[in-house]
Amino acid sequence: MPAGIYSDQENVDLYVLQKHKSIIGRLDLELTERCNNNCIHCCINLPSMDARVKARELGTDDWKAILRQAAEVGVISVRLTGGEPLLREDFPELYLYARHLGLRVILFTNGRLISPTIAELLAKYPALERIEITVYGMHQESYEAVSRMPGSYEEFRLGVERLLTRRIPFMVKGSLLPPNRKEVEEFNQWAATIPWMHGSPSLSLFFELRSRRDSTARNRQITRLRPSPEDGFAFLIRRSQTYRQHMEEFCGRFMAPPSDSLFTCGASRGGCIDAYGKLQLCMALRHPDYVFDMKTGTLKEALSTTFPPYLLERATNSDYLRRCAKCFLRGLCEQCPGKSWSEHGTLDHPVDYLCQLAHIQARYLGLLSESEMAWEVTDWQKRVQALTKGAPAK
Amino acid sequence: MTEMAVQWEGVYLHSKEIVAREIEGELIIVPLVSGISETDDELFTLNETGRAIWALLDGKNNLTQIVQILTERYEGGAETIEQDVHGLVLELLTRRMIKQVPTAKG
Repeated sequence: MPAGIYSDQENVDLYVLQKHKSIIGRLDLELTERCNNNCIHCCINLPSMDARVKARELGTDDWKAILRQAAEVGVISVRLTGGEPLLREDFPELYLYARHLGLRVILFTNGRLISPTIAELLAKYPALERIEITVYGMHQESYEAVSRMPGSYEEFRLGVERLLTRRIPFMVKGSLLPPNRKEVEEFNQWAATIPWMHGSPSLSLFFELRSRRDSTARNRQITRLRPSPEDGFAFLIRRSQTYRQHMEEFCGRFMAPPSDSLFTCGASRGGCIDAYGKLQLCMALRHPDYVFDMKTGTLKEALSTTFPPYLLERATNSDYLRRCAKCFLRGLCEQCPGKSWSEHGTLDHPVDYLCQLAHIQARYLGLLSESEMAWEVTDWQKRVQALTKGAPAK
Repeated sequence: MTEMAVQWEGVYLHSKEIVAREIEGELIIVPLVSGISETDDELFTLNETGRAIWALLDGKNNLTQIVQILTERYEGGAETIEQDVHGLVLELLTRRMIKQVPTAKG
């Protein structure tokens, strides 16, 4: 037998069945902008019964086509969010469809519509990712002062109970607002009784403005509900040792050289499809020049051809170039094109609120002196290095 | 997790309780129902040998035939291949990722 006849044979390795580690990316699906709550601080909600809005939303088959495309391009997880995604009557159908495509599901919900049927569905076909429930208060009075929906507290508690009874893993998170401000410890204690919670629940307090830029009045209200940068910072450092420890680690990982690149955030690693079929780089960035209509093209086309040039764009706003583009706090600051869009209607306008908050933190951490602005600092690497070694810069 | 017996004359098929996806050349097994993995949030992947065995668990070949096919295709010897097939099939059965196909003989 001539040598080489086995040349196309391969050696046998031991088979391996191992846990898959690499996560390719996530796609956010905003199934609806409607919500059964009317939260005082919300950046997106539209009335749940609004028939005109509902009529504009993508249909079941449209979403199924998008889910198929997501699976085809290798998306591992889809985040079903809204508004309140469980408001859609076809939620069970879409959820099951996603799961049958082998997609993992992250579900963001207020929990009010977790009926026995929905709970059974989640128990039988686990999401494989987290279910996150936002909690607006620990008591009816505080909860409904935020949700502005009578009966919502009882429904939320029932929904949570249904998950607990069936041992469906979920997490809770909160929004710190005047009606529930005194309940933080109570919330923490309750969250600690949930078997799948590791550590204290996250609390949002620096609320985003409406990314549709659809209501000046509501934006004014959201702005009023935000703490001042000083008060917000005081809340962040309420457990000062934990905060410092966390930030030292955080700064070591995320502080990056100043740059005029616009997209230094996570926008390049996923995307968001809104309720009407527009693909956005992220949930907040609804600038019409930066969305892709899924009714006229494919997800693959958007991700491979349309979006990459956006991600290379650079700032042109002179104020941004003078400050943000020279600032080393971009890891610490939440400035991003999405926030700039919501606040100012452009992608590169400095958001002063976020800037102030980043500077207060940087001063506390020893990265800046009282009188310095971060864009004036040239030896920033030395300062970050000193912080991450545990010694504040002198 | 219950351990199950592997039958060499048995014919096995991918379970409907999982979804097998190919992503960037990698086979990923995603649990569909609860109880497939320890924590209900895990994905699994097979290496090349595992994938070759997986592809033959198609409801047509019994395990003896699968070993024969793989022995012709790969170096390494029937004994090693037999051990690999047995080991993987046992793990897949235990995790409910494959099912034995009922035959006429029962």
